[in-house]
Amino acid sequence: MGNEILKITDLKRIFRVGNEDVHALNGVSFSVMEGEFVSIMGTSGSGKSTLLNILGCLDRPTSGDYCIDGVSVNTLSKRELSTMRNRKIGFVFQNYNLLARTTAIENVELPLMYNSEVSAKERRERAVEALKAVGLENRMQHLPNQLSGGQQQRVAIARALVNDPVILLADEATGNLDTRTSYEIMSLFQDLHDKGKTIAFVTHEPDIAVFTTRTIKLRDGNIIEDSLVETQSAAKALQEYKEFKI
Amino acid sequence: MNVLNLVKIAIKALLRNKSRAFLTMLGIIIGIASVIAMVSLGQSSTLSVREQLSGMGSNMIMVMPARQMRGGVNMGNSSAKSLDMKDLRALEQNTRYVAHVSPSVSTGAQLVFGSNNHPGQIQGVSPSYLDIRMYKLESGIMFTEEDVKTYNKVCVVGKTVVDNLFTNGENPIGQVVRFGSIPMKIIGVLESKGQNQMGQDQDDIVLAPYTTVQKRFMAITHFNMLFASATSEEESELAATEITYILRANHKIAEGEEDDFDIRTQEELLSTMSSVTQMLTMLLAAIASISLIVGGIGIMNIMYVTVTERTKEIGLRMAIGAQNRDIMLQFLSESVILSLIGGVIGIILGLILSYALSHILSWPYVVSQTAILVSFLVCAATGIFFGWYPAKKAANMDPIAALRYE
Repeated sequence: MGNEILKITDLKRIFRVGNEDVHALNGVSFSVMEGEFVSIMGTSGSGKSTLLNILGCLDRPTSGDYCIDGVSVNTLSKRELSTMRNRKIGFVFQNYNLLARTTAIENVELPLMYNSEVSAKERRERAVEALKAVGLENRMQHLPNQLSGGQQQRVAIARALVNDPVILLADEATGNLDTRTSYEIMSLFQDLHDKGKTIAFVTHEPDIAVFTTRTIKLRDGNIIEDSLVETQSAAKALQEYKEFKI
Repeated sequence: MNVLNLVKIAIKALLRNKSRAFLTMLGIIIGIASVIAMVSLGQSSTLSVREQLSGMGSNMIMVMPARQMRGGVNMGNSSAKSLDMKDLRALEQNTRYVAHVSPSVSTGAQLVFGSNNHPGQIQGVSPSYLDIRMYKLESGIMFTEEDVKTYNKVCVVGKTVVDNLFTNGENPIGQVVRFGSIPMKIIGVLESKGQNQMGQDQDDIVLAPYTTVQKRFMAITHFNMLFASATSEEESELAATEITYILRANHKIAEGEEDDFDIRTQEELLSTMSSVTQMLTMLLAAIASISLIVGGIGIMNIMYVTVTERTKEIGLRMAIGAQNRDIMLQFLSESVILSLIGGVIGIILGLILSYALSHILSWPYVVSQTAILVSFLVCAATGIFFGWYPAKKAANMDPIAALRYE
């Protein structure tokens, strides 16, 4: 630990809607160290989506500085931003965003398709590896519509892992899942975290945030709280949930 | 992303919507098939014209007297008496590129056999006329130089004449028919040649030694025309030049003065005919290519729909690191593959169609490699041209908006 994966300084993002300037982010600063599991919380309109887009190199800040893995994003071209997303970032979305009628393994291979340094053979190997890591080695040839919501999200997580990113960015990754599956997915994230992955997890549910190690709360484009969490075990929560159900 | 991956992705995407892809292709298929069929049919019609003209003797050269003006009145060219025995002898002896020469004198009269009669044209020629015009004997023999020398009253007739005179199925060989008041003995029957390109019946013909026709029928010493054949089709221009040179010398035409005869080679006729059919071919191909444009617009339309439909996919691909160029190429290759597959099917269909049509019309079947190659290139170009804007639209999407698109 100790490496600064993300570092943002006085980040501002202003949208112009009609004649009005909307300050989605109003000078936000924080860093994420290697191996942290950060939840970013806030109600809708708090600026957390905007922050996530900037962290994910999908958007650029109006002002302020953003460094990812030591590289300042502000100066990068559109093309370099794409490469950055391809090599350093793994996205997990609320609605999985898997390609329909495409097998699990092919979905996982997708990011490596855009990396010409990876051969077809290596691509397949790494995809298998990633699917094993999320426990879906038996579902590799399944299509998304043959998988449950939780399994689909696991495929999406495998896809995010396959390029060995410096940070996983999850956007309401449990938002479409029931409680039990949410716990399963959070348990998977905790496993990945234990293996040393750095994760930023955007959510508005406090009972999901308790599984992370640190919480950053946003309101109206400002950080109102940045605190360490008394981390609870998702596996344990799952166990209790099962018992309670029975 | 390499090309193979792109093609794979594109084919997979097309297979997801098989019926839509096929319907989109249909425009291209019809367009290409009709272009191929039209060009191919046009070429076979050109070829069939050529073949028919060659049937008349493609290295044939006709020499006729130039038209005469008498006191400002155009007397036409048959009235001239400029071609005679001396010219014939000169052409027979002093030429290198002329294989055969035959004079031609003709007059019309009623042909009578028993109770049948038939309006005929008796043509006085030399025995080599058969070679020049590529007539063949079906039965009997051709008259000889000997018959020419002795003004013999023999003739060789065509199928139409036989059919009209010998209605009871008699063997015409050896029969004597009256031509006007002069009896002529039939010694040969020509093989049928059918109609020529201008619709004339080539079998309605009576050939006799030219001396016989000159002395016994017409009492003249000049010829109406001279027929010659060049040693080969390629040398017909040389032969024509040679004939011009000899005839000018024979007729003592000073330099700078106009010829008193006209020379026509079959090649000229051929090129005139060919240019007509070629123009028709171009016209048909142009009309057919309109359907190709319509097909291209169909592709563009579907590609726009596809891009809109797959906005989310585009957003995702961008989020995981696809460059704008990758997205552009993905959709472009989809439209190119669509149009190329359509093109291949169209080419096959067009070939089948033109084969069937040329079979029905009993024209020679021609496969135009140029047309196939060109239509293949046109297909690729159509795919790129009409796929460009939809692909551009996809590539220029904002990934954030695309991911949120519902």
